[in-house]
Amino acid sequence: MNFDYTDDQKALKDEARRFLSAVSPLSVVRTALENPDAGYDRALWQRIGEQGWCGAAIPEEYGGIGMGHVELCALAEELGRAVAPVPFASTVYLFAEALLLGGSDAQKSELLPQVAMGALIGTLAVSEGPGVLVPDRVATRFAGGRLTGTKLPVTDGMAADRAVVLASSDEGPGLYLVDLTGAGVERRLVSTIDPTRGAAEIVFRDAPAEPLVGGLGLLAQVQDRAAVLLAFEQLGGADRCLEMARDYALERYAFGRPIGSYQAIKHKLADVFVRNEVARANAYYGAWALSTGAPELPLAAAAARVAGSGAYLLASRENIQTHGGIGFTWEADCHFFYRRARHLGLILGAPRDWKRRVADRLELKLALETAA
Amino acid sequence: MNFDDTPEEAAYRATVRAWIAANAPDLSRLSPEERRNWHPAHKEVARQWQATKADAGYACLSWPKEQGGAGGSAIEEAIFNQEENRAGLQFTYFMTGLHMLLPALMEHNKDAASLARVPPAVRGEEIWCQLFSEPASGSDSAGVRCAAVKDGDEWVINGQKVWNSGAQIADYGMLVARTDPDVPKHKGLTVFWLDMKTPGVEVRPIRMMSGDNELNEVFLTDVRIPDSQRVGELGGGWKVIISTLMNERAALGSGTGLNWRDVMKLAGQVASWDGTALEDPAFREWLADLYVDAEAIRLLSFRTLTSLSKGAAPGPEGSAGKLLWSNLAQTLTDKALDVLDHAGLMDDPDEALLGGAFQHRFLWAPGLRLGGGTDEIMKNIIAERVLGLPGDVRVDKTVPFREIPNGR
Ligand SMILES: Cc1cc2nc3c(=O)[nH]c(=O)nc-3n(C[C@H](O)[C@H](O)[C@H](O)COP(=O)(O)OP(=O)(O)OC[C@H]3O[C@@H](n4cnc5c(N)ncnc54)[C@H](O)[C@@H]3O)c2cc1C
Ligand SMILES: Cc1cc2nc3c(=O)[nH]c(=O)nc-3n(C[C@H](O)[C@H](O)[C@H](O)COP(=O)(O)OP(=O)(O)OC[C@H]3O[C@@H](n4cnc5c(N)ncnc54)[C@H](O)[C@@H]3O)c2cc1C
Repeated sequence: MNFDYTDDQKALKDEARRFLSAVSPLSVVRTALENPDAGYDRALWQRIGEQGWCGAAIPEEYGGIGMGHVELCALAEELGRAVAPVPFASTVYLFAEALLLGGSDAQKSELLPQVAMGALIGTLAVSEGPGVLVPDRVATRFAGGRLTGTKLPVTDGMAADRAVVLASSDEGPGLYLVDLTGAGVERRLVSTIDPTRGAAEIVFRDAPAEPLVGGLGLLAQVQDRAAVLLAFEQLGGADRCLEMARDYALERYAFGRPIGSYQAIKHKLADVFVRNEVARANAYYGAWALSTGAPELPLAAAAARVAGSGAYLLASRENIQTHGGIGFTWEADCHFFYRRARHLGLILGAPRDWKRRVADRLELKLALETAA
Repeated sequence: MNFDDTPEEAAYRATVRAWIAANAPDLSRLSPEERRNWHPAHKEVARQWQATKADAGYACLSWPKEQGGAGGSAIEEAIFNQEENRAGLQFTYFMTGLHMLLPALMEHNKDAASLARVPPAVRGEEIWCQLFSEPASGSDSAGVRCAAVKDGDEWVINGQKVWNSGAQIADYGMLVARTDPDVPKHKGLTVFWLDMKTPGVEVRPIRMMSGDNELNEVFLTDVRIPDSQRVGELGGGWKVIISTLMNERAALGSGTGLNWRDVMKLAGQVASWDGTALEDPAFREWLADLYVDAEAIRLLSFRTLTSLSKGAAPGPEGSAGKLLWSNLAQTLTDKALDVLDHAGLMDDPDEALLGGAFQHRFLWAPGLRLGGGTDEIMKNIIAERVLGLPGDVRVDKTVPFREIPNGR
């Protein structure tokens, strides 16, 4: 039993923090925010690619470093802290994981080495409009090697070279690999509350597509794995919000005292601390389940996502509140976190959807316990 | 990050589980009434179980052997506790003595008379109570007025304590007294241990809002205690208090009592529109939030364990666990009553589901958010000791104790 990163993992995480504070200060986020057409920061993405981070959990036979998923969680935590404007989550947690789990050997051998080098951007295209996605009612169709339908919104849809797309077919719903630079694909940028992570509408008209193996089971697996990794990005962001709020509360005086000496502020930040601890505990458990392939993963992942989404939203909100009027300005950095908190909490399905999954999986757990 | 048992831990768990299964007392022999904390029949079962554990080397697992423990590791102790909880054996009678007070006693007192108190406590033969709080000194735990005045080799104690759990059945107590009212409040405190049968000690029960009698007032009139029963240095009481309170929080924050499983099972048995309450989407959403917190409490206790096994003392972050646990207990019981609807009012152990445990807990829950440090004090600790925010503006810290203003 060990509730912590190992020393090696801590060293990796420290190194990542040093690197990101040098190459990805919050001014980089601001630039991305003010240039929404770019969708992400190309220079930063290149630097991250050079570090080999995209291949952290990709096995060596596919050109990765094959470190493991706890190491990837450590990187995710730091990327979340930095609010890094790069298509890392789409490419690494969603696209690469989908290929690893459901791709043919040919698909993996062709694409994963490029992902690992940072030379290929991928994404997962699932949503088709407002409301909770019901996978077996998806309108996009696959037939005869071609895919037709509209996905909206697709995070990193403009930046991506390839996408894994959810579609129905005569064999039921499943995931399909599509070259977004090829024929039958049209896309346009859509405006979102977090322009530092661009999104697109993608229209497929008879676009050539290859099936991945696994159907909806594959989608659920990919989502669970990504839920854990995103929970670490959420945790990193939430911790940073708390630090910003604490630092400001120590510096800012009102009525002759630091605002951090008023219990209204102290207790607010203590509440944020508690929610961050809840998120941390659940994220760590998820990381363990993810890295060991434990049967607890589906429940642990859903819990990590619910805790992470809630904690980041609260921390980003109360960080603005603690900053007073200045926190509400474009000039202050607080809103980067507020935007990103919502972005991360929605891209894989909203907390409401994941709470439903927690309850479903708890019922399963209880049934298994009773049977045993 | 590893939440799996190592092969050695798994083997130890299997051994312990089998031993508990073979030796555990059968609580189903007790009536629902008798199964409640502090009922003499319940207490007797707890005492026998503690002695059985001590005989087999499972009591105070992580204490050194020469102190009556089993010389095991913190991890082994945690595994044993988990298995005990799993078997439904949650007894709190010995917690105050074994988790909070005696570790402090053993740290500070090396004399034979003091150390002789340890083995009977380990066996459950002697119960300890904590005599810290006073009418005017609860959250403000350094505001103690109970006075100790030196007379030769003895101290003469006069004052009143209150909210003392289990004092009505306790054999020994640990007491905080003011030995110097002319220095600032934190500097004039000293800790003592005493026999609850010492002349001049009078225990009066307090009936709690739940109807139970666990709490007491303790009046001390010219109680004489030898100086050898002083715990720690003269005027060094505050340090002893803090270390016992940290132990208390760590123990409370590891979370016992009704949990998500219980409320889920309850919801599964109760009708709600065209299905059970468990099928109600609003209940399911609430359940998910509850589970996430309950998991955090379970997992954070592993963190405490990880740091204990590296030799660190429980830190201020234990306050998060205590806050989460006490609030979870209250939310959970409220929800269970909601699920039962009108019948949630019924608390007769023979009629209510689960023997009325939720109704009983509902009336207990407010106390959980007060005892062991209130919610507000936990938040102050997190804000000041973890986040490093400034302390409150204080009017009581630097002046002599006798000049501090007081209200009701
Ligand atoms: C949308 C908007 C419109 C506004 N319009 C106007 C306007 O038309 N005219 C105008 O003059 N001003 C206006 N203001 C300014 C507004 O009144 C101030 O922003 C507000 O009073 C807070 O002051 P501050 O920004 O200096 O924050 P601070 O006073 O520095 O507060 C920072 C944080 O500390 C907390 N805090 C401060 N003191 C205490 C205390 N004693 N106890 C507990 N917590 C405390 C605050 O609640 C806040 O969370 C506007 C602000 C906004 C955001
Ligand atoms: C079930 C139970 C068991 C207990 N067992 C024991 C025991 O065995 N031995 C023992 O010695 N004591 C025991 N206590 C006493 C317990 O430690 C005190 O009740 C607790 O510390 C609160 O003190 P108080 O009741 O005097 O309330 P007060 O300290 O008067 O508090 C009243 C309210 O004011 C708030 N408050 C006080 N100070 C501050 C502040 N600085 N900032 C913000 N809010 C503040 C409190 O949070 C609370 O809401 C027990 C209490 C309970 C309920």
